[in-house]
Amino acid sequence: MFKYKLVRSPAPAWMRILIPIVAVLLSFLITSIFVLVAGANPLEAFYNFLIAPLSSQSSALEVLVKSTPIILTGIAVTFAFTAGYYNIGAEGQLYAGAIAAVWLGIKLPGLPSYAIIPLMIIGGFAAGMLWALIPALLKAYLKIDEVVTTLLMNSVIMYFVSFLLNDYWRNPQSGYPQSPDISEAAHFVRLMPKSRLHVGFIMALVVVVIVYILIKRTPLGLQMRASGANAAGARFAGLKVSRTMLISALVSGGIAGLAGMGEVAGIHYHLIEALSSSYGYTGIIVATLGGLHPLGVLVAGLFIGLISTGSQTVSFALGVPVYLGDIVQSTLLLVILAMLLLQNYRIERR
Amino acid sequence: MEDFIVGLLQATLRIGTPLIFATLGELFCERAGILNLGIEGTMFFGAFIGFTVAAKTGSLMLGLLAAVLAGIIFGLLMSLLTVYFGVNQHVSGLGITLLSTALAMFFFNLVFGANRVLPKIASFEQIKLFGDIPILGPIFTQYALTYIAILLIPICAWILYRTNFGLNIRSVGMNPEATDAAGINVYRLRTIALVIGGALMSVGGAFLSLAQLGSFTYGIVNGRGWVCIALIIFANWEPIKVFWGALLFGSVSALQLRLQTLGLNLPYELFLALPYIVTILALSLAGRNATYPTALLKPYKRE
Amino acid sequence: MYAIEMVGINKTFGSLKASNDVHFCLEQGEIHALLGENGAGKTTLMRILYGLYRPDSGDIIVDGQKAQILSPKDAINAGIGMVTQHFTLVPTLTVAENIVLGHTHSHTISKKDIEEKVKAASEKYGIHVEPSTLVKHLSVGERQRVEILKALYRNAKVLIMDEPTAVLVPQEVDVLFESLLRLVKNGLSVIFISHKLNEVMAVCDRITVLRDGHVTGTVKKVDTTQKDLARMMVGRDTANMVHQTGRQTGAPIYEVKDIHVMGNHGLEALKGVSLTINKGEILGIAGVSGNGQSELTKVLTGLLTPTSGSVTLEGQDLTHAAPSEITKAGVGRTPEDRHEGMVGDLTVAENLALEDLDKFTHNGFLDNKAIHKNAEMMIKDYQIKASPNDRLRNLSGGNMQKVVMARALSRNPKVVIASQPTRGLDVGATEYIRKKLVEERDRGAAVMLLSEDLDEIMALSDRIAVIYEGCIKGILSASEATTEKLGLLMAGAC
Repeated sequence: MFKYKLVRSPAPAWMRILIPIVAVLLSFLITSIFVLVAGANPLEAFYNFLIAPLSSQSSALEVLVKSTPIILTGIAVTFAFTAGYYNIGAEGQLYAGAIAAVWLGIKLPGLPSYAIIPLMIIGGFAAGMLWALIPALLKAYLKIDEVVTTLLMNSVIMYFVSFLLNDYWRNPQSGYPQSPDISEAAHFVRLMPKSRLHVGFIMALVVVVIVYILIKRTPLGLQMRASGANAAGARFAGLKVSRTMLISALVSGGIAGLAGMGEVAGIHYHLIEALSSSYGYTGIIVATLGGLHPLGVLVAGLFIGLISTGSQTVSFALGVPVYLGDIVQSTLLLVILAMLLLQNYRIERR
Repeated sequence: MEDFIVGLLQATLRIGTPLIFATLGELFCERAGILNLGIEGTMFFGAFIGFTVAAKTGSLMLGLLAAVLAGIIFGLLMSLLTVYFGVNQHVSGLGITLLSTALAMFFFNLVFGANRVLPKIASFEQIKLFGDIPILGPIFTQYALTYIAILLIPICAWILYRTNFGLNIRSVGMNPEATDAAGINVYRLRTIALVIGGALMSVGGAFLSLAQLGSFTYGIVNGRGWVCIALIIFANWEPIKVFWGALLFGSVSALQLRLQTLGLNLPYELFLALPYIVTILALSLAGRNATYPTALLKPYKRE
Repeated sequence: MYAIEMVGINKTFGSLKASNDVHFCLEQGEIHALLGENGAGKTTLMRILYGLYRPDSGDIIVDGQKAQILSPKDAINAGIGMVTQHFTLVPTLTVAENIVLGHTHSHTISKKDIEEKVKAASEKYGIHVEPSTLVKHLSVGERQRVEILKALYRNAKVLIMDEPTAVLVPQEVDVLFESLLRLVKNGLSVIFISHKLNEVMAVCDRITVLRDGHVTGTVKKVDTTQKDLARMMVGRDTANMVHQTGRQTGAPIYEVKDIHVMGNHGLEALKGVSLTINKGEILGIAGVSGNGQSELTKVLTGLLTPTSGSVTLEGQDLTHAAPSEITKAGVGRTPEDRHEGMVGDLTVAENLALEDLDKFTHNGFLDNKAIHKNAEMMIKDYQIKASPNDRLRNLSGGNMQKVVMARALSRNPKVVIASQPTRGLDVGATEYIRKKLVEERDRGAAVMLLSEDLDEIMALSDRIAVIYEGCIKGILSASEATTEKLGLLMAGAC
């Protein structure tokens, strides 16, 4: 039939680099349809998605701002997936971290920055871990699928957030469903004037480096990789697979908690229901695009941050619904998934 | 007291309807060996497209039809990824949920604009199956779709256990190699399962907008798809048990509405969260002895 | 006219040429053996005939007509049926449901209806099955019968049997041969894949020998001898397997006492197994697969906890020990299935270090240099054709098994549990692994060899224990063990 055929063997290097690029192009091609339906010019749209955000310093910095929480959730998801634990609950764990950060920031107004910020970081991490605990235990001891349980936990915490905002923490001044503000000292310092870029971005970079070292250079990392690749083989070699998965699930939750804490301390300074625009789920996209490699996740996170920033511009400038950005992201995920398979094949002449 | 229980049962059946549709849909997928996490998004898109087509054409039936078609398309997409390409099922399904959700929000925004005033449609009417006789009368005052959902349970059981198609489905979810060796087209079989599944899930979503609510909001599905995933494990992949699981969730949901009116001094969000918490608990108790379709999550490839 | 003719068949997998210009003919009403060693290409050729693989080139001619066989469905329509080593049965369905799968000729099925149909077929062909039993409750021999009836139910004129006796006891083998001869008299043609010379000579009319993917000869049974066939299979005169003669073994060191353990279906898999192994001996565990060897392996390697009984090494209690503790105590363990026991996605070096991570950890970090060096050393010692950073899954079966052995033996263990060590390996790798096991014994280790290959057990063991339905039926010394005696024990006779 064709002159060429696919042969199963590791793809040559040039193909590996080409795949993400082709995936991006293909995604934009597919989503052009929706741009056209909305009555706009696809080329203009993609210019606004990819180029426009980088054309000015303030919007380029905004890209970094948007990337911050999804780099963190992407790393959180990567950490869990590496060990074979499908943590789909990053969204809920993010909110748990945010709640803890807000609580600390309100309850301890007298503390100076160098005390309250580390406390919030620890609190955010711990809260994320805590929210990840129940599904993790159910998986480790009762073998119950973590995909379902983590998803349900997401739903549950949203109700808790709603309760906090409508009742316990309802802002007395404005009456809006929004918590009181955290103290000034609890704010993440802004890194550049006239931009929202905050220390949270640095925190995200630090987390990327730490996780990279953990996965590649420590025994825990090797145990995680073994457990995730072949739990039976890991068990045979004497590794404690359940315990490894439990640890990775908890740390994953903690990192997602940091994402929530970062949004509170760096952007909003209080709790609102719309704190996260599905960052937990976007984290899964980012983790997949990044090939479950910490540095890949960093690049993917920046890229998705770019698209996120762009989608606001697209919406504003072209009158297209802002959800176009979400369509692009999810299309990209599916295209990349299909194309990642090609990594395992080589094209050969018949 | 009697009114309370009658009201509760009536609400239970109504609230359980979308769960029955969507869970049966997922049942076909999982019995064939595919975990379809696209369920949440498919339900959401079904709710959206059903409503939108109904609002624009004035025909509820066209809306329902549109939902069925949409479900079929998403089922085909899932099949392309997981059956033909053999991609990781968890991520594919989530990707489809994200995509269908984004598409629904995009088009809803496009069609109806960003204004806060939601268009209203005349929703389906309820049918009194037993007229006005006491107890049974009010309980069985339900939408046609609810009666269809209840009927679907034994129909699906019959399909699964008493037809050739059902035998093939059960076989492919347990041992795709055996099924292939018996001369059955594994890829086509799984695709059909996913298409049926997608259609049912979408109808489940459409029920919410076309019947229960008569409108559409972004929070209309609100995690019910994930509950269905749990319900299947709880039902041990058997259609009859799906009915009980849906009733359980439906009754807790119905209960929380009524508990709120009892004036208990608890935040109403706790009641809203209650069904989900109960689902997690039910899963903890039932999940341990679950007999998974053996081939679930493993893509099948012939050299 | 031939029943089946395969002409000019070529098939390549990656860099491996599994079929090299193969010509094969099956006459009507004959039993034709396809003989060759593991990896010779017999299964590949038959999978092509059955539509599970597509040949790169070549034709298949059925009853004089060129046939397009692109899937099992086409093969079945052409009258070809296949019974494989890995039964293609669905355990949770009944015998009847399995047999009619894909062949019901109607959209609805009724239990009674299909069970009657299956009973009728069972009587017609003389193959006894119970239609309403769930397959998961059947023994291996019974499952094979279901597989055979399944093929016949679909009006197979040609039956391919892939190593059918690998899972049967000698007495069941006789029953199978009897059935085949009867079926052939009534018009069936059979292709019999095997690597066992004596069986082939017993039941087949003609024999085609494959080696490394090409045909080395097709002969009539009456025109050949076992020695000739062996030479065609291997390309050289094979030395006869030498039995171990009475050797001096050391003191008992490893004791397994009265082990009970639960199996998969709520039934006991081991019902009081007791064994002792001495220093410097190989104790072979013979038995047809499915009689408890897997569970025994799992218990001794720490993957399964016995419900009662004890395992001790030089007095140290290892009964409830975790795999890591067992390794530390001086036991070298190999997994029954090397794909389950190793992590294919990790590198050779990482797999080799995996049992002993503490040794390679320094201040909380992995010492990658030491891991690499360790791997280089083992690669040299065990002649593994790979480099430390190769992914384990890319290695050939033989080299993967060498990695398994290297990891198990590198610490000079006191006890070696070798489970199916040469399964699926080619001649060269098999010889090497067996040599290594003998070396371990000579070094003074106590070796337990679990193998489905009776020839291997008889060649290497000083003593042979036979396991049947979870019990040790008897322990014979090498000098008193004969195939007949072992066969009887393996079949449960006392």
